[in-house]
This record gives sequence, structure tokens and C-alpha cells, in this order.
Amino acid sequence: MSTKLKLDHLNIHFGANHAVKDTSMDIAENSVTAIIGPSGCGKSTVLRSINRMHDMTPAARVTGRIMLDDTDIYDRSVDPVAIRRRVGMVFQKPNPFPAMSIYDNVIAGYKLNGVLKRGDADEIVESSLKRVALWDEVKDRLRQSAVELSGGQQQRLCIARTVAVKPEVILMDEPASALDPISTLKIEELIEELKERYTIVIVTHNMQQAARVSDVTAFFYIGELIEMGETRKIFTNPEKKQTEDYITGRFG
Amino acid sequence: MEREHISAIFDQELNDLRTRILAMGGKVEMMISESVSSLVNRDSALAERIIALDHEINTLEVTVDEKCLELLALRQPAGRDLRFITLALKIVTDLERIGDQCANIAKRARELNDEPPLKPYIDIPRMAHWTETMLKEALDAFVRGDDELAIKVCKDDSFVDELNMQIQRELLTFMIEDPATISRALKLNYISKYLERIADHATNIAEMVIFMVKGKDIRHTIA
Repeated sequence: MSTKLKLDHLNIHFGANHAVKDTSMDIAENSVTAIIGPSGCGKSTVLRSINRMHDMTPAARVTGRIMLDDTDIYDRSVDPVAIRRRVGMVFQKPNPFPAMSIYDNVIAGYKLNGVLKRGDADEIVESSLKRVALWDEVKDRLRQSAVELSGGQQQRLCIARTVAVKPEVILMDEPASALDPISTLKIEELIEELKERYTIVIVTHNMQQAARVSDVTAFFYIGELIEMGETRKIFTNPEKKQTEDYITGRFG
Repeated sequence: MEREHISAIFDQELNDLRTRILAMGGKVEMMISESVSSLVNRDSALAERIIALDHEINTLEVTVDEKCLELLALRQPAGRDLRFITLALKIVTDLERIGDQCANIAKRARELNDEPPLKPYIDIPRMAHWTETMLKEALDAFVRGDDELAIKVCKDDSFVDELNMQIQRELLTFMIEDPATISRALKLNYISKYLERIADHATNIAEMVIFMVKGKDIRHTIA
């Protein structure tokens, strides 16, 4: 598999706080990479840097490079909006646009970015909702408000909204932590299917979830990448003592 | 040696599992020496007790299995905990098989004790001593996570194999000289073979301990 994303000596500071320290990672195309680690270890900070979400934080300083294929996403000439179209993001709490219908939520990315023909919109809505296995549940009520859906359905709708604009990479920050166990399993099932088309990076506190959904696991501790490797290796026989202590629940 | 879990109950459960396996291992070790002494001392009552003890070992195997399944289902262990529990599942199988072999030794002893002794028993008690030591060391290695001791056990196995061959050769000379000895010689031959098997089970345990400690599977690699 070819490398889709390359983090190259990435350092992130928030003022005096050195949140991510000299981190290099190669993320393969069409794979699922899980980032695990205790709270405050920098995992979400790394994830957010991949679609330039720290741009709006004045005290944040990002050095090093993040290559998306051949594009250095922090290059001066690169438009962050163009990057975010290629790198989608799904958040912890489902965040559909409350004033919009289910239908309009799916194509929100297009509405914000320009015009879309009616026939094209119908097709995008159907294919996106089918891709997240939500179509059958909502096809008869596409004009209803998105907030009428259950939490799990809302999260799948948000993923549909993300895939509708045809990204290459999907970042997920605790995508199932606000959901019940059945909805969680549906999201996990979905991740497995989505990796055929997209490269996925997921941050999760739930180690069993990381073990279930990912091909590669990266363990962070206090801003440092301690170990990254095949998920089955990390969870059965990691190289580093710190990783072993964390996955066996001996961190305290 | 090991950091404690955040969950003290899980630590307690793992310790409990370790204790159960050791208790089972202790019983099985004793069965090795006692089954052979029922032969050497012509003590058929002792042989009966060993045969009965085998049922107890079988019960212990079942309870350890259940405990392991429970921990796997409820705790979803990872890393060295996962290796430890899966190892426990396999170790009890080997221990149970050793129990069976000891019962077999006791059964042959009971039969042999009804006939005049074929010869003074020298090599069989030696072999039993080696075998029991191998099992004891394999279990010590398991408790302490001592891979060097485990490697020693694997190497000692070849000595037991040699003793077994030596005993077979000697018994063959008896059978050639006097066909009337064949029945007794064959039974002694079986006992030697049972002990050799027990040493193999101890070696299995030692190999698994190396896997638990190093995370490296060395089965089928040491000649």
C-alpha cells in the first residue's frame, strides 16, 4: 500500500506548551489508523493538525511537514479550504445542522461551496446515505429535520455529509463515544467498509474499539509517539513497556 | 516485578488463576514421584490413590478453563495479560495429560507388583526424578517469568530421551534372553515411555513460558 499521509517531524506548540513532539508517521492509503493514549497525550491535536484546524488558534504553532500525497498541507500556497475538502472530519458529538433537513445536511458541503444541479444532488444524497447504511432508514423522510434522528443515525448522517464531498482522508475524533453500544458497532462496521475508498485516521479512548477497527495503531504519551505498528502486534505483543502498560491497564 | 493494574480486582483474579495452576502443578509433580515409588516400593495401595487422584486433576482442569474463559470474556485482556491467560489455558491441558500418564504408571505398577520383580529399578527412578524436576522448573519459570530457566528445561528434555532409549535397550536384552520376562519388560518399557511423555509436556510448558515472556514463539525450533 502506498503512503497517503506523511507526518514529518511534526511539532505543535500552544504558546509555551509543547503539545506534540517531533512526530513522524507514515499512514498508508485505504487503511485505518487508530491513535490511542491517555487524555492530554496529544492525539486529538495530531488529528486536528491534519486538516489545519489549528489555523484559527492564534497561540498555535505548527512546524514540520504534513504531506498529503505530494502536497505539503502547511505550504503557504495551499488553501486550507481545499485541504479540508480532501480531508474530512467527523467529531465526537453528532453535529448535523439543526435547521436543515436530512437531505440538505448531506449536501451541505456543496451548498457552502457553490451550486449543485438538482439531479446531481439527488444522486449524491442517495449514494452518500447508502454508503453509511442510513438510506433504508431515512429514504421516506429526507425532508424532515436531521435532529429528529437518533444519536447513532445523526452520526452516520454526519459521516454521509463528510463522504458526500468525496474526500480522500477521513479523520474521526472519538466518533462513537457519545453513542450506545449498538450504534457504536454500526459505526465500527461502517469504518471497515469506508476504508475501501478512503484513508481513515481515528482517535479513540476505547482501546477495544481501536483493536477492532484499525489496521495500524499509534500510541501517544505526553506529546510523543511511543510506538506505532500493526494493531494485532500492538495489542498482543507490543515492543515498548509503556505501550504494554497502557494496553493492559497498568497506567495510573 | 510487575506494575499493578488500575483495576485491583483484575490483579486479584490473575493472581488467583496463577495460584490455581500452581496448586494443580504441585499435585501433578507429587503424582510423578509417588507413582514411581508405588512401583519401586511395591506399594499397590499407593498406586490406587494415584489413580484416584487423576479425577481430581481433571476437575481442576475444568475449573481453570472456566476461569480463563470468564477473564477473556469479562476483562478483554491485552498484551502480556492476554498471553498469560491463553498460556494458562494450554498449561492446564499439559498438566492434565501428565496426570493421565501418572495414572498409567500407577496402573502398570499395580500389575507389576503382583509379579516378582524383574530387576532392581535404578534408571526409572532416576528418570522420574529428572522429569519431576523439569516440571517443577517449568512451573517456577512460569511463575517468575524466567525465560532462562525455561530454556534449561527445554534442553534437559534430551537427557530424558536418552535415558528412555537406554532403558528400552536394556529391557530388550532381558526379553531376548528369556521370553518369560516379556510381559513385565513391556510394562516397564511403557512406564519409561510415559515418563518420557511427561518430560515432553514439561517442555511444552517451558516453551510457552518463553512465549509469554519474550512474545516469541520458539515451538518446533529447538532440536
